[in-house]
Amino acid sequence: MNTHVPPGEPREVRFDEYHSSDALRNAAIAARKRNYQDFLIVDVDAHHYESESYGEVFSYIESPVIRRQALESAKRGGRSSMLGGSVGYQDIGGRITRHWLRGKEKVESGKHRDITTTLRWMDAMGVDYTCLFPTPMLFLGTHPQVEIEVAMSRAYNRWLCERILAHEPRIVSMLYLPFNDPDATYQMVKDFGDKKGVVGFMVTAPRYKPVHDNAYMKTYRLLEEMGKPISFHAAYNWSDQSLSLTNRFIAVHALGFMWFNMVHMTNWVVNGLPERFPKLKVMWIESGLTWAYALMQRLDHSYKMRTSDCPSLKRKPSEYMREMFYSSQPMEMPDDPSILEATFKMIKADTQLVWSSDYPHWDFDLPGVIHDLPFLNEQTKRAILGGNAARFFGLDTKPVKNIPIYE
Amino acid sequence: MTEIFVAKAAQLKDGDRRIVRGERGEIGVFQQGGAYYAYSNICLHSGGPACEGLIMPLVVDVIAEDKTYQGQVFDENEMHFVCPWHGWEYDMKTGVCIGDRKQRLRKYEVVQRGDDIFVIA
Repeated sequence: MNTHVPPGEPREVRFDEYHSSDALRNAAIAARKRNYQDFLIVDVDAHHYESESYGEVFSYIESPVIRRQALESAKRGGRSSMLGGSVGYQDIGGRITRHWLRGKEKVESGKHRDITTTLRWMDAMGVDYTCLFPTPMLFLGTHPQVEIEVAMSRAYNRWLCERILAHEPRIVSMLYLPFNDPDATYQMVKDFGDKKGVVGFMVTAPRYKPVHDNAYMKTYRLLEEMGKPISFHAAYNWSDQSLSLTNRFIAVHALGFMWFNMVHMTNWVVNGLPERFPKLKVMWIESGLTWAYALMQRLDHSYKMRTSDCPSLKRKPSEYMREMFYSSQPMEMPDDPSILEATFKMIKADTQLVWSSDYPHWDFDLPGVIHDLPFLNEQTKRAILGGNAARFFGLDTKPVKNIPIYE
Repeated sequence: MTEIFVAKAAQLKDGDRRIVRGERGEIGVFQQGGAYYAYSNICLHSGGPACEGLIMPLVVDVIAEDKTYQGQVFDENEMHFVCPWHGWEYDMKTGVCIGDRKQRLRKYEVVQRGDDIFVIA
């Protein structure tokens, strides 16, 4: 994927070098053709690989005992480590080449590598601001040691704030909450809520604590008072009793990324949390859209017969769900666009849908998934691609990107 | 129609490829098993560089006479090229999209004149 040959000259395909912009040259060409430079695009869910900076992150662990465990266990690959990992093969047997080529990318000194590579792909896609999340830590909520989740998330959040967010205004984040420890969760919001670039807080969805537990109410109240959103970022857990029945990654991924958010959303609504925290902004991340379309109908159907199960509700479940925000990726693309149009209508996409890339993960979306839809007008496209997120996060709406020119 | 120079025949070994620019955009030209194939380098999914990923054999579920599953194998009689952005696979010989066989990449003719390989676009 080199572009270092004159236009018109045949070029080789190289597997010994990598550059995030060049890998997305087709996206940059598409972005220019669609005039993305003229309006705001916000990516509410993208990632970096914090594991590539573990040496730095671990040095932020407050407990000297856990810090030593982390640093020592990271020194010897191939053995069990303190953090463990998740079973899965997201790169489809190496077919997603950026996953193994990205280590060959060269960056200039002076900026953190993650800032440089993130800005490269953001500009190539036409993104002005991105909300950056970790990758392996998406599975930290299933760690058997609660104190490790707390220690690691505090270290990561400090590292992210000091090494990344403080230095690059186009990168923001909703910080990881160690949800298995409700007091530590509360303290995290207290300690980090006012840091530069912190636009909210995030709960990784694969976990086994119910969101309606009384222990979390003080955190929700604090978030509401601070005006900071909470989000639930989907992932899978192949060790989950039900999901362990699946035998292919496609299955655990398709189901897992919907499943945990469906459970949390159901608990969130039927326990009346939208009534208790009416000003708390809530976003559901990386479950696609069809789950919400289905769940709204499912809950409404049962609610009309079982209002006594959820007496806190004053309206139908779908009405509360329609006031929450949904990230778009991985956006299902049915052959018949009228099906997608109905989904957009169901979730009130014009004000509640926010585009996300999930880059650099295997199933990322470009802004074109929204921009090229035949049933949206220009105003709605721009709202979903950036306006809604700017409102959600409180971001400036002036475009600041610099899309590279490839032809 | 324009003939676009791709490479000297000796430069394109089995499994090699070149990317050239045609009037409608980039074209990927492969040499696979002694034959040449050329396709649009724009993936039908989201516009990725369809011809710039791995070349992989078809994966097959082995189902026995009694319908039991016996594992998976590669079938090198059907080679695919894979878009590196998301993994969409295309049949090397036809350009048909494996995940949705109603779709196929635009195919171009490849000719050899002496030692030179050209794609007609």
